Amino acid sequence: MSLSQAGAHREAGVPLIEALDPRTRLIAAVFLAVAIVSLNGFAAKAGALAFAVALIFMARIDPQLLMRRLAHIEGFMAVLLVLLPLTVEGRALASLGPLSISDRGLERAIHIVLTVNAAAMTALALLGALEPIRLGRAMAALGVSERFVRLVMFIARYQGIFSSEIRRQFDSMRARGFRSSLRRQAFRAYGNLAGMILVRSIERAERVDEAMRCRGFSGRFPLRRVRPMTGADARFALLATIAAIALHALDRLA
Amino acid sequence: MAHIPDGVLSFPVLVTGAVVAVGAVAVGLRRLDEQQIPRVAILAAAFFALSLFSIPIGPSGVHLMLGGMMGLILGLSVFPAVAAALLLQAVMFGFGGLTSLGVNIVNIALPAAIVGGALAPAVARATPARAAFLGGAGAAVSALGTGLMVSASLYLSSSDFAASSRFVAFSYAPLIIVEALVTGFCVSFVKRVKPELLAARAKRLTI
Repeated sequence: MSLSQAGAHREAGVPLIEALDPRTRLIAAVFLAVAIVSLNGFAAKAGALAFAVALIFMARIDPQLLMRRLAHIEGFMAVLLVLLPLTVEGRALASLGPLSISDRGLERAIHIVLTVNAAAMTALALLGALEPIRLGRAMAALGVSERFVRLVMFIARYQGIFSSEIRRQFDSMRARGFRSSLRRQAFRAYGNLAGMILVRSIERAERVDEAMRCRGFSGRFPLRRVRPMTGADARFALLATIAAIALHALDRLA
Repeated sequence: MAHIPDGVLSFPVLVTGAVVAVGAVAVGLRRLDEQQIPRVAILAAAFFALSLFSIPIGPSGVHLMLGGMMGLILGLSVFPAVAAALLLQAVMFGFGGLTSLGVNIVNIALPAAIVGGALAPAVARATPARAAFLGGAGAAVSALGTGLMVSASLYLSSSDFAASSRFVAFSYAPLIIVEALVTGFCVSFVKRVKPELLAARAKRLTI
């Protein structure tokens, strides 16, 4: 898994979302996330999920990638989904010994599944295929601190390098007979691995720093100017706004 | 378990997290020397890569957080470093959420920063063995702090999460032990191989 390859999941052709300005995608993603998590009723949340699915189609997200992402999130939420029906007070729908599934708990769990998946799919559709460089440029153009943007760009650039270094080092540990266990030696080996990666990273940082200075780095990267927004951005902004208003109207009425 | 997705927490918790995160990141950035940025950023990339590596222990594996180690090496820069890494993780990989970003940043970086601030001077002076002990203890405290804060984020969001939040807090127990052991050995290694890395904060990271 590498951030520098994160933008490479697209299929051929230019999906609708891909034609948008990264700034539009970033603002729309945050705006829609806030709109979705502030919904209350079941109907509106189901509507949000339907809208998120439509965005996924607009972005032509690879179905396998979508499934992997959602599986990961569901894995995280398994705890809440199992515990809520069992622990929230309410009318018992079914019971097995001391355990009983309450109606209110089950309802809470279903609500959370809808909201979390709708928000995750919206973010994936809008931002999933956005390369870190374009994300950084968009943040800078939106007035985010230039230092923070530089931090984001550096991390995106070097994370993949360190991830493959970790994998390489772990492979060579195993080639020398290392086996993961709960013994002291195993933890020592992992500690040494982490330490070695940190030592190498600071040595790499020194080389990078020197190289940057040799090239006359003055503390600021020339961030390429962003293109002006187009009609597609205006149309998408309108679509996102209408969707948010419609979902909240549905929430009030239902 | 430290990445809370969108759609779980309540508005007051989300807003509090976002406000604290923005403030702490701003302070962390302002304290950062212009020349330190590449170093902090590349170290942050290394910590981020380490946290993505799954240590094959138990049925699935454990992802390290290394909060204690980050606090010791990065100091207050841990806030911008964690913020940038979590932002990329949310945007590129979809772990965590956009509205919950602030809460997630604070839950991971605040305990790390406190442990770092409290222990960094002592670790810088100590022998490798003593530094390993301090580092391991700091890592345990930092992981425990994150676990309690994640649990509290749930608990404060809804009374329905009362039981789940207790479960989440207890689920951190294995991580706390693994973090303490790995960080202890990691500090010992760094103290012997490149002690400047752990002494750097005293000299404002001019390694």
